[in-house]
Amino acid sequence: MAVTFTLNGERRTVESAEGTPLLYVLTDELALQGPRFGCGLGQCGSCSVLVNGVERRSCQTPVSAVTGRSVTTLEGLPAWYAAQKKLARPPALHPVQQALIDEQAVQCGYCANGLIVKAAELLARTPRPTDAQIVQAMNGHLCRCGSYPRVLRAIRRAAAAIQVTA
Amino acid sequence: MSTRRDFIKTSGALVVGFSLGDALAAQGPPSAPGGPARSLDLKQVDTWLAIHPDNTATVYIGFAELGQGASTALLQVAGEELDLDMSQLTTVPLDTTVTPNQGGTYSSASINRGSPQIRAAAAEARRALLQLASQRLGAPTDRLAVARGVITVAGQPQPSVTYGELIGGRRFDLEVSGAAPVKSPREYRLVGSSPARTDLTDKVGGRHAYTQHARLPGMLHGRVVRPRGQAAFGVTPRVVSVDEASVRGIPCRILRRGSFVGVVAEREWDAVRAARDLKVTWDIAPTLPGNAALFTRMRSEQTQDRVVLDRGDVGAALAGAPHVVSQIVRGPYQAHAALGPNCAVADVRPDSALVISPTQDIYGTRTVLAGVLGLPAERIQVRYQEGASNYGHGTQDDVTEAAAILSQLAGRPVRVQFMRSDEHGWDNYGRAHLGDVRAAADAAGRIVAYEYQGWQHNWMNVEPSAQLAGTAPAERDGSLGVSPLNLGSMYDVANLRLVNHRVNGMGYLRGAWLRSPLDLSFSFASEQAVDQLAFLTKADPWQFRQRNIKDPRWLGVLDAVARAAKWQPRPAAAARSRSRVVTGRGIAVGTHLASYGGAVAELEVDTRTGRVRITHLYGAIDAGLAVNPGNIENQIGGQLIQTASRMLKEEVLFNTSGVTSLDWNSYPILRFSEAPAVTAIVVQRLEERSTGAGEEVMAAAAAAVANAFFDATGVRLEEYPLTPARVLAALAG
Ligand code: FES
Ligand code: FES
Repeated sequence: MAVTFTLNGERRTVESAEGTPLLYVLTDELALQGPRFGCGLGQCGSCSVLVNGVERRSCQTPVSAVTGRSVTTLEGLPAWYAAQKKLARPPALHPVQQALIDEQAVQCGYCANGLIVKAAELLARTPRPTDAQIVQAMNGHLCRCGSYPRVLRAIRRAAAAIQVTA
Repeated sequence: MSTRRDFIKTSGALVVGFSLGDALAAQGPPSAPGGPARSLDLKQVDTWLAIHPDNTATVYIGFAELGQGASTALLQVAGEELDLDMSQLTTVPLDTTVTPNQGGTYSSASINRGSPQIRAAAAEARRALLQLASQRLGAPTDRLAVARGVITVAGQPQPSVTYGELIGGRRFDLEVSGAAPVKSPREYRLVGSSPARTDLTDKVGGRHAYTQHARLPGMLHGRVVRPRGQAAFGVTPRVVSVDEASVRGIPCRILRRGSFVGVVAEREWDAVRAARDLKVTWDIAPTLPGNAALFTRMRSEQTQDRVVLDRGDVGAALAGAPHVVSQIVRGPYQAHAALGPNCAVADVRPDSALVISPTQDIYGTRTVLAGVLGLPAERIQVRYQEGASNYGHGTQDDVTEAAAILSQLAGRPVRVQFMRSDEHGWDNYGRAHLGDVRAAADAAGRIVAYEYQGWQHNWMNVEPSAQLAGTAPAERDGSLGVSPLNLGSMYDVANLRLVNHRVNGMGYLRGAWLRSPLDLSFSFASEQAVDQLAFLTKADPWQFRQRNIKDPRWLGVLDAVARAAKWQPRPAAAARSRSRVVTGRGIAVGTHLASYGGAVAELEVDTRTGRVRITHLYGAIDAGLAVNPGNIENQIGGQLIQTASRMLKEEVLFNTSGVTSLDWNSYPILRFSEAPAVTAIVVQRLEERSTGAGEEVMAAAAAAVANAFFDATGVRLEEYPLTPARVLAALAG
């Protein structure tokens, strides 16, 4: 079954068996390293991507469901951010990515994909989130290494950085 | 470039006892599996580092980077002795053909065991380089200065020579004598600082390839097919029948060796659904105790008993003391449960194998694979690639064996990605523990007697893949058990007795080391007992511990953490309120091995729902010389959050036939909304040997939580995690 969608700004057509979750198409056929397998059950957020700007669990999204839609992965976040902010060219990293480095926030970093995608979605909609809003948005994303306090600081920092850019 | 021979001719003196021989062998791992491409002899400088013509260096580190920043810290150690900057230093992934055997990456060993070896090799290299430079610059070595690998005569910017010019691209061919001078800690500029970790930019940018991303040409996707959730360790589940028709229509192959069943497919989704749909009928012995009978069975077992320590006369001291307490702990099995289930890729040929694995011990894994595959170890190349963190011996080796077996059966490279239920259900869990403490204090508030008896089985010696494929299950002889480290030895107690009761693990779940093995249970019991003595003697818990501890390093962490938490002395449970939500604070000390940990917990208990919310955890570690204090702070933060998770939520559920905690709903961990604030304190001790910091504050934090619960409620806990049901039962008395 052929499915055509936009991936990080480029039109792509893939051939996949009916019902194949988007995650396997992204990781195997398109060789992306952002979205990653964590549970395959929608419980952890490791596989998160943006579909038309909304965070989705790619392990629970059949590839056919993104037909004609725009999928943004971790790799595409700087350009996605640049388009939102009408920047001439994409930054090297999305402000959330940069803030995670500045706060040395993650350990193994396996959770980082989902955390960053979710936080990017949050800040696009709610540029000045309260702590409670951050926690509520992030609560469906698990981290095994205990990075939550630093990630919270990083998201605050990213929000502040975006204010300055704007 | 000069070789040793023409160097000697031109200089006329042999000042450096080594040859600048052949061009350095290839840096990267060889493409074909086989013998080592470079020296792996631990006595050779070349094993540990290589200087390149552009004046940079590669350091060959034998420890796995697990996201704890150890590779950054070990580069700091090398850079310190060599006077190179972090930007001039790199390391390479672990590989049995490239990196030295420093032993496995566990017991917080990277810095503890790793830094002396790397420091000695770097110091040896520096001494040799200075001798070479002395000839080149015509000045004695003690007048030379080095900055960023550029050697000058002190006080003169010119002439200069770089390490790269002196030896770049060539071997040292030099033994590590151990006699080369090392810097004194007072001179450190790189060690003790906190350069940013080198791995994070790629990790947040999606450019870091985890094991889960490893691919080999011509590879198939594989999945294992097992009963959902492991059964009792002693009896291997037996395949009664495999219904191949159940996956008709899915392009896949079913492969089998004994009770090891797997599927392989060209496309990953086909492997996933084939493993999901394949009907296998299993014969499983329902001989587990289940959670309900776990601890009564453990206590009633015929155990192998060992008196670990017996000092003074505990019985008499207990009998004669005015204040005697006893405390029980029932600690659950807990899972490693890496956020990304483990994954490995193997290419097994008739006479050799290449394996890409998240193992914490590439050489150990190679030995085990040799047995599983029937190949000589030297013909197996194991390459480490970082996966999601396991914090101990989870399923890394199991998935590696699974990939190797499936590749051997398929005759093609195979990638095995465990599914979430494999990861949760077939883990080598942190072991359940049952402990009894009795302790006593005299009228002056001094601890006079301490006794601990602990029950647990040992670690398992056979991974599920090998066991299902036919290897008989066995336990290890050596496993961490009752030890003085967390049990009484920090206190000045004349009468001390520790007994280990080894339970036969055959009827239980798989066990192996999970970050700070057993320590949370030990300290949960032990530090509650000590806290209770403070309570009975109407003492403040901090001051009571101060009075009973002599060792300045234990006092150091205790006082550091109390001050950070702005601890105001008062007896525990003295400020209890009658409101629905009560608050408390607790303090404790604890360790894993050689370092010192202290913690304070602040929490709230909703007495109506039984919900406990930890609001703040403070943790202090004294790990001797802190090479990278920033990293240790990060490690403390991670340990505190994981401890909160393990104390409040984590418990492997199982019935008589198997484990039922198979995902994040049936094995919940701490979420964002439940995370306490954390405060990390690093006690820097420049003159002390560096010891581990990766697991040394969890014991203290676990006990601080229990003591805070007492402060809030006046109730001592016997079992964790503190789920609402358990809390309500404890409050009801
Ligand atoms: S992998 Fe998709 S939510 Fe866990
Ligand atoms: S940093 Fe390891 S799972 Fe979050």
